[in-house]
Amino acid sequence: MSVDEKTVRRIAHLARIAVTDEEVPHLQGEINAILSFVEQLNEVNVDGVEPMTSVTPMVMKKRQDGVTDGGYPEKIVRNAPATEDHFFLVPKVVE
Amino acid sequence: MTELTHLTIAEARDGLKAKTFSATELTKAHVDAIEKARALNAYVLETPEKALAMAKASDERIGKGEAGALEGIPLGIKDLFCTEGVVSTAGSKILGNFNPPYESTVTRNLWNDGAVMLGKLNMDEFAMGSSNETSAFGPVVSPWRREGSNVSAGASGRIEGTHLVPGGSSGGSAAAVAAHLCLGATATDTGGSIRQPAAFTGTVGIKPTYGRVSRWGTVAFASSLDQAGPITRTVRDSAIMLRSMASPDPKDTTCVDLPVPDFEAAISRGVKGLKIGIPKEYRIDGMSPEIEQLWHQGAEWLRAAGAEIVEVSLPHTKYALPAYYIVAPAEASSNLARYDGVRYGLRENGRDIADLYEKTRAAGFGREVKRRIMIGTYVLSAGYYDAYYVRAQKLRTLIKRDFEEVYAQGVHAILTPATPSSAFGIGEKGSDDPVEMYLNDIFTVTVNMAGLPGIAVPAGLDAQGLPLGLQLIGRAFDEETLFAAGQVIEDSAGRIRLPQAWWA
Repeated sequence: MSVDEKTVRRIAHLARIAVTDEEVPHLQGEINAILSFVEQLNEVNVDGVEPMTSVTPMVMKKRQDGVTDGGYPEKIVRNAPATEDHFFLVPKVVE
Repeated sequence: MTELTHLTIAEARDGLKAKTFSATELTKAHVDAIEKARALNAYVLETPEKALAMAKASDERIGKGEAGALEGIPLGIKDLFCTEGVVSTAGSKILGNFNPPYESTVTRNLWNDGAVMLGKLNMDEFAMGSSNETSAFGPVVSPWRREGSNVSAGASGRIEGTHLVPGGSSGGSAAAVAAHLCLGATATDTGGSIRQPAAFTGTVGIKPTYGRVSRWGTVAFASSLDQAGPITRTVRDSAIMLRSMASPDPKDTTCVDLPVPDFEAAISRGVKGLKIGIPKEYRIDGMSPEIEQLWHQGAEWLRAAGAEIVEVSLPHTKYALPAYYIVAPAEASSNLARYDGVRYGLRENGRDIADLYEKTRAAGFGREVKRRIMIGTYVLSAGYYDAYYVRAQKLRTLIKRDFEEVYAQGVHAILTPATPSSAFGIGEKGSDDPVEMYLNDIFTVTVNMAGLPGIAVPAGLDAQGLPLGLQLIGRAFDEETLFAAGQVIEDSAGRIRLPQAWWA
């Protein structure tokens, strides 16, 4: 399988990465090189094989459903590029 | 007396205990060495004041007889580990001046044991790379040079000539350890990022079993593959450092509740009576005769020390790298969705929220990271998920099964080359075809896919005078056998003579 320029633009949009017209052909070439490299996986018969969902078989750790941390909004927003009264600021999303 | 920066962690520990020198003297020696080695670009942030304050506190604890396991030992920290109050970048522009309000579990464990932080180490952006060339802070210069090479430190403090890469993604860690700019360094390994740079720089690096070390507070790349470990100058030092880095952690549900063994005690076990497997699928087409010879030599060393050498088969080996290049980018595309210009890091304003996201991410991520996010987005998108992602996860099951079958035959560990070649020059690989760079991980990536432990140990030099490493792969949670067998390799090969400080 390979991708065309239109698909590259669609993937970029899904990934929320702006791409320029000059970048698209390069990205297309690189993505197609990787897709052609992974093509060899189709040689393998995977019928009846379960996909891996857990790297090491272990019972998931559980804990009490309770508040364990928090109460310091100034720490949470400390690294934000734009804030007001402990809120993150974004462009208007609802008209 | 040996220069303080040339000690091993074990020797420094003994010297501090005997009060031959103080933690402050040991740290000061490293701070001075780092200052003279800026041309290597191994550190992206030096923290000398913090280091000296920590060393002073160590000296006080040593005086009171309260020394921890790593008391006063100066370490470098890969910039993927979040360190409270110290800027952490993951080698990316998108994190900007991110100043974590918390400490990663790994670094917290190290400081609790008395270690001293010298600074943050350069790395490939978000740990995506095999040469440290994708870092937003520029490449790292390997302290190694080919025999007869014209690489030198120019009058301007810059490196002249085409230098070698230290490998990646933990390139700063490997270079700093090899150049004596720290006694040991933290590193992380998603497809080979500890073992490949260790092999390229004549150092020791271990990727522990998935779940041995907590991932909490370490910037995520591919969560089912990422695992932290040390890079050091000896096998013993890796054992000492890993013991401090590892711990159960309630903050990471994938971190196991197993006691951490005394890894250092395991290094003297030897390999007598152990069965070591040689996987025939690792004998790849076009393999250099030097690598082949080294591999054979390694097997002979282990045999001479009492191990039984057996040929084994891991039939799905060749599919590990292509499956990795689906699984890792898929997980990365999900993990890196958090860099949105809203909560932390870089922000490029836009006309609406989507435009803000797209501009921020276009400006903040480098080429390799963008490429991998896009591949990941594609293989997870509607209509392609089953064909790519689910198939790759099935291959992962088969790769893991290969190892399980070999271990079920009584094999204790597997010996392979660490890398298909010695270090290459900057700009030599992957500029046209990304796959050329990815092939560096061909011998290491299987281990991440199966969640197993793997150690790279220097085993010799090639015809150009550059180090080559061997890899040992172990059973899950049996790092001890890797330390025991790794020590045999180190003893048989002799410690590699690291480069003189031509850069200073």
